[in-house]
Amino acid sequence: MAFRAAVVTFPGSNCDRDMAVALEAVSGQPAIRVWHGDADLPADLDLVALPGGFSYGDYLRSGAMAATSPIMRAVIAAAERGVPVLGVCNGFQVLTEARLLPGALLRNAGQRFVCRTVPLTVANAASPFTAGYAAGETIRIPVAHHDGNYYADAETLDRLEGEGRIAFRYAESCNGSARDIAGVLSANGRVLGMMPHPERAIEPAAVAALGGADGRRLFESILASFAPA
Amino acid sequence: MQVRVLVRLKPGVLDPQGRAVHHALEGLGFEGVADVRIGRLIELDVAESTSRETLTAMCEKLLANTVIESFTIETPEGPR
Repeated sequence: MAFRAAVVTFPGSNCDRDMAVALEAVSGQPAIRVWHGDADLPADLDLVALPGGFSYGDYLRSGAMAATSPIMRAVIAAAERGVPVLGVCNGFQVLTEARLLPGALLRNAGQRFVCRTVPLTVANAASPFTAGYAAGETIRIPVAHHDGNYYADAETLDRLEGEGRIAFRYAESCNGSARDIAGVLSANGRVLGMMPHPERAIEPAAVAALGGADGRRLFESILASFAPA
Repeated sequence: MQVRVLVRLKPGVLDPQGRAVHHALEGLGFEGVADVRIGRLIELDVAESTSRETLTAMCEKLLANTVIESFTIETPEGPR
């Protein structure tokens, strides 16, 4: 059976093609492209990916408008059925606004847009998304965001840490995120939201020029975990 | 009916924008400013029959993110 992934495009998404290219590079299968106004997702998906960008111009709050779009009703329903969902950057913001993940992404503490490759610590290497990494390993993945400052109340943060739901932490100061959180998993481990862009770090040829290929293993982990037998 | 919704960051949620504005006010020579917090005013023109419950639902579902923000609904009868 072929791996079936869908990439959602919202008005203002700008990393949707990168996400589709990364998924195809690793799986050998073209990603199915879905539009925000679609009411339904294709059947039998192994993954839904919400890409980076500035959906709806970041009106109201980053991700808030996208979270109310017709396709998100289908994504929420799919996630509740256990379909894996990956949200990167704006996709992470959409997942928190849609309440598929706890917390919120605030304006960066330094007020500035941060665009550079940052070191991340793999906090949980046992999840379906991160199994290709070693626990505690430091990887390098690009970030590019203005609203990446993860916030949740102390009780929620304690629960996320206690349940192993922090996937990645920043290994250096980046945006003011609570407890340096860069990526969060859902309770069932089948939804991952992260601010860094693994889809921008998949090409070995780009090792020198674009900050490495450490993102590739995330997609390989997804394939190993979720591809149909 | 004209309705005003005031959306504010909850106490304890860092407001870097407010902090930058606070700093700028001090730079302009204004003294005695203890803190600056920036929120959002949303003006709605809704049917007279719109209930408090409906307005509250609008706030909880979209206008405010209750993880980080609180909201106040002001109707012609007064703030709530």
